[in-house]
Amino acid sequence: MQLSMTATAGPGVPVAPVREPIVEVRNVSKLYGNTVVALQDIDLSFEKGHLTSLLGPSGCGKTTLLKIVAGLLQPSSGEIRVKGKPVNGPGAERAFVFQDFALMPWASVLENAAYGLKVQGIAKSEREDRARHYIGEVGLHGFEKKYPHELSGGMRQRVGLARALAVDADILLMDEPFSAVDEQTRRKFQEDLMRLREVENKTFLFVTHSIEEAVYVSDRIVLLSPRPGRVSEIIDPQISREISPDDLRRDENYLDTVERIWTGIKKYVE
Amino acid sequence: MTLYGHHVPKMASLIVWVILWEIVGRFGLVMLFPPFTEVIAAMGEVVTSRSFAEAIRITVISYLLGLALALVLGIPLGFLMGLSRTADKLLNMWVNTFLSAPLSALVPVFMILFGLGTPTVVVTVFMFAVWIIVLDTRAGVRHVAPSLLEMSRSFGASWSELFKIIFLAALPEILAGIRLGMIRGVKGVVIGQLLVSIIGVGALFSLYQQNFQMAHFWALVLLLFACALSLAELVARLEKRIQYYAGERN
Repeated sequence: MQLSMTATAGPGVPVAPVREPIVEVRNVSKLYGNTVVALQDIDLSFEKGHLTSLLGPSGCGKTTLLKIVAGLLQPSSGEIRVKGKPVNGPGAERAFVFQDFALMPWASVLENAAYGLKVQGIAKSEREDRARHYIGEVGLHGFEKKYPHELSGGMRQRVGLARALAVDADILLMDEPFSAVDEQTRRKFQEDLMRLREVENKTFLFVTHSIEEAVYVSDRIVLLSPRPGRVSEIIDPQISREISPDDLRRDENYLDTVERIWTGIKKYVE
Repeated sequence: MTLYGHHVPKMASLIVWVILWEIVGRFGLVMLFPPFTEVIAAMGEVVTSRSFAEAIRITVISYLLGLALALVLGIPLGFLMGLSRTADKLLNMWVNTFLSAPLSALVPVFMILFGLGTPTVVVTVFMFAVWIIVLDTRAGVRHVAPSLLEMSRSFGASWSELFKIIFLAALPEILAGIRLGMIRGVKGVVIGQLLVSIIGVGALFSLYQQNFQMAHFWALVLLLFACALSLAELVARLEKRIQYYAGERN
């Protein structure tokens, strides 16, 4: 019950303990070279079916932590458990959505969306069917034959999302997925993500530097502080899912939470 | 290009030079230049001669062999340098040295090593073509977006799958290297044959020069220029077909 201890360290509202952890981060530290401490003694559990945001100023190691969970980086010490089993590499139960989309420019939308399945050895007709389904799911129906350079930034990220969804992983790891798209697209995207959460029974780990975005989309927000990267606070926004997206942005609870996080983060920003 | 408000095609300036050449030839102003019309007439003769067919055959063979060698060794070497820092440190200086060195000076050495024949010409083509292919491949491999590789790895990609990603992502640079290598290779085959001078086009050149058949000599020069230019144009067109994604990788 490491988490509940950390949780009460934050001021005010107590945080519910994690009942069904799907990802556990145990005492993870990451050093670059021998001097730069990117992460120090991170101990976290992520609730199954929830969307948890990792939020913090640049240099707090949030992307590093996400990549360690993804198995793309090795921790210097500590371990990652997924569904109770220690892992030290990428696995089929996790899929990653990249900040810069990471699409193959030589491949069509369909081929890009089917790439994960291809690597996993799924036969061509089946993987294309599944990819088509998720291309439709992210709202890109009719764009299957287009190439990435023919799409806008927002549409490209939808392809990245479709690719991650197509492999049917339980856990989606998203590294600032909306930071490279414009504000309007971003809002639309966040709303789509919320809708997607209702449809797909998945766990989301979401890295962002936008406080509003984190409060809007998350069940839980893990605040990280920089140099060395540590967990500084854990917040459950507890915003009713009933409110429409437009009302939400004027919701008092929402605004208070944003304010509270900003107060916590302010001291790390020059 | 426009002249006095009229649109003039780019190639039009060539006509001016051709007329000038004709005049110089007609009046015998410079001994080396026969009239252009004579050169054109000789061109027909050169093209239909048996020695020309033989020269072209052997030139094409040595060119293709040298180029194939440059591709087969150059691309893997570029990959190695792009992927391994150690290999890069060991080789980079040498590759750059060979790239800018006057390689023609080495042809006599090849003659001693490989004899006065096709092997020397093949090696010359190889030496002219390979280094730019190595360096461009290296640059391409180095510039593959790290996130693309992470993406592939995140799905559990095997080494061969990763390799495919690197290759396709580096393809625009690799093709640019091949195009430049092909153009340099043409220089290689001509210089090699001229210096060896008993085979291929080089033999023809010495034949025409020794017999003072200047019209034939110039006809051959023009033919070679035309070949080299059309080859470069052909590769440039191929390259354009995949260029759309060269600038798309950030």
